[in-house]
Amino acid sequence: MTFATNLRCRECSRDYPLEAIHVCDFCFGPLEVAYDHEAIARTVTRKRIESGPASLWRYQDFLPVDAENAIDIGAGYTPLIHAKNLGKLLGLPKLYIKNDTMNPTWSFKDRVVAVASSRARELGYEKLACASTGNLANSVSAHAAAAGMEAVVFIPHDLEAGKVLGSSIYDPTLVKVRGNYDDVNRLCAELSGSYNWGFVNVNVRPYYSEGSKTLGMEVAEQLGWKAPDHCVVPIASGSLFVKIRKGLNELAKAGLIEEPKTRMSGAQADGCSPVAVAWEEGSMNFRPQRPNTIAKSLAIGNPADGYYGLVQLKETNGACGKVTDDQIIDGMKLLAESEGIFAETAGGVTIASLRQMVERGDIHPDETTVAFVTGAGFKTAEAVAPHLNAPLEVEANLESFEAAYHARQPVEVG
Amino acid sequence: MASKRVRFTFPENLIKEPLIYNLGKEFAVITNVRMADVDEHTGWVVLELEGESGEIDRSLDWARAKGVRVDPVTGDVVEG
Repeated sequence: MTFATNLRCRECSRDYPLEAIHVCDFCFGPLEVAYDHEAIARTVTRKRIESGPASLWRYQDFLPVDAENAIDIGAGYTPLIHAKNLGKLLGLPKLYIKNDTMNPTWSFKDRVVAVASSRARELGYEKLACASTGNLANSVSAHAAAAGMEAVVFIPHDLEAGKVLGSSIYDPTLVKVRGNYDDVNRLCAELSGSYNWGFVNVNVRPYYSEGSKTLGMEVAEQLGWKAPDHCVVPIASGSLFVKIRKGLNELAKAGLIEEPKTRMSGAQADGCSPVAVAWEEGSMNFRPQRPNTIAKSLAIGNPADGYYGLVQLKETNGACGKVTDDQIIDGMKLLAESEGIFAETAGGVTIASLRQMVERGDIHPDETTVAFVTGAGFKTAEAVAPHLNAPLEVEANLESFEAAYHARQPVEVG
Repeated sequence: MASKRVRFTFPENLIKEPLIYNLGKEFAVITNVRMADVDEHTGWVVLELEGESGEIDRSLDWARAKGVRVDPVTGDVVEG
């Protein structure tokens, strides 16, 4: 069973049934899932969660899906690493990395798609759909395959080979759309209104975004049922950023942790930074941008939850990083070389922003800080490959090896 | 009759122009504002347009040509 009761407009609080709708008919505000929090508090305990599955479904009491209907390919419950080496370099002794590269299709999108696909099937949809530059496409394709559903996945025509393969292997109907970013976006918005499919991040979006809460819940559980002092989260649509805090707040409502006072900070790439720019300007109105960054998984120029992200930055005394492509590469290398974690470009944005915020004094060394790394590095190998040291190539003799070994030069980024 | 829900983002130089009024005069399209926030530097308006499908598209092309950014109300549909 689920404790979800209805959908509610985030702007005008009007209630709607738990159907495949995502926008309020009156004010066009976004709809969110509402729950019977008293019933959750009566039911859920730390022990109940701890004895649950090693996946996000251990938090089923907080999700809008009956867990018996779950499409479970093992999303969630990823490692929280105490990043002692990186923490030492940055002067943050209590730095943790939430390593969400460890999901079944190697990104946090498995969390949102696990919930969205399960709910879509409950609602009677036979087809799952999405428009994506990579991670979402991979996850929708995998979940549809596991559920025996048909997947229709739209991608830009110039997507990197690895990302295409990461979907193709699950045999969805993969559609490459010719045109620029705006063209692809416009077509997919139109398609989502024309076909009665479960578009995971459109008509099923209220359920989809609930999956992100589990990242916040897991972190609190893994810290010994305690909210962190500070979270650093990459911002694309802004949904992940907002929902991590919602997860912490819902744990508190259920009496599982103390009221969180977590500072929420964001991370964006310079080439797609509508939230960071608005934050710098002290405005609560972001201006949509045309993305131009190597961090394609964060390339959302018109973020659906951008405004709520700005509200959250303000409410929690957060900060927002904005980093260049070179800094992103540096961030990827820094994380890999210090902690052994190979993140995609979005992870580079997070780590580079973390460093930027430390340098600006936005993060206090005493804070228990969690940086969220949301996707694996092989997805964006092209971006980082030219900046890595080439292997030494030697003849099969000692002299050749020693000559090459002593002559080796590290590659500089920039 | 068709309808479309869109978000207009205005650059600073268009803030003073009665653009939605003019759109309604130029095209056989009914405009219905649902949410908005405008200050002296920028502004956005979420509205519903009703009319013949082709006429709505022409009115949106006209708005874009004026310098307005036109997006779906749901934000970008293409995600990472």
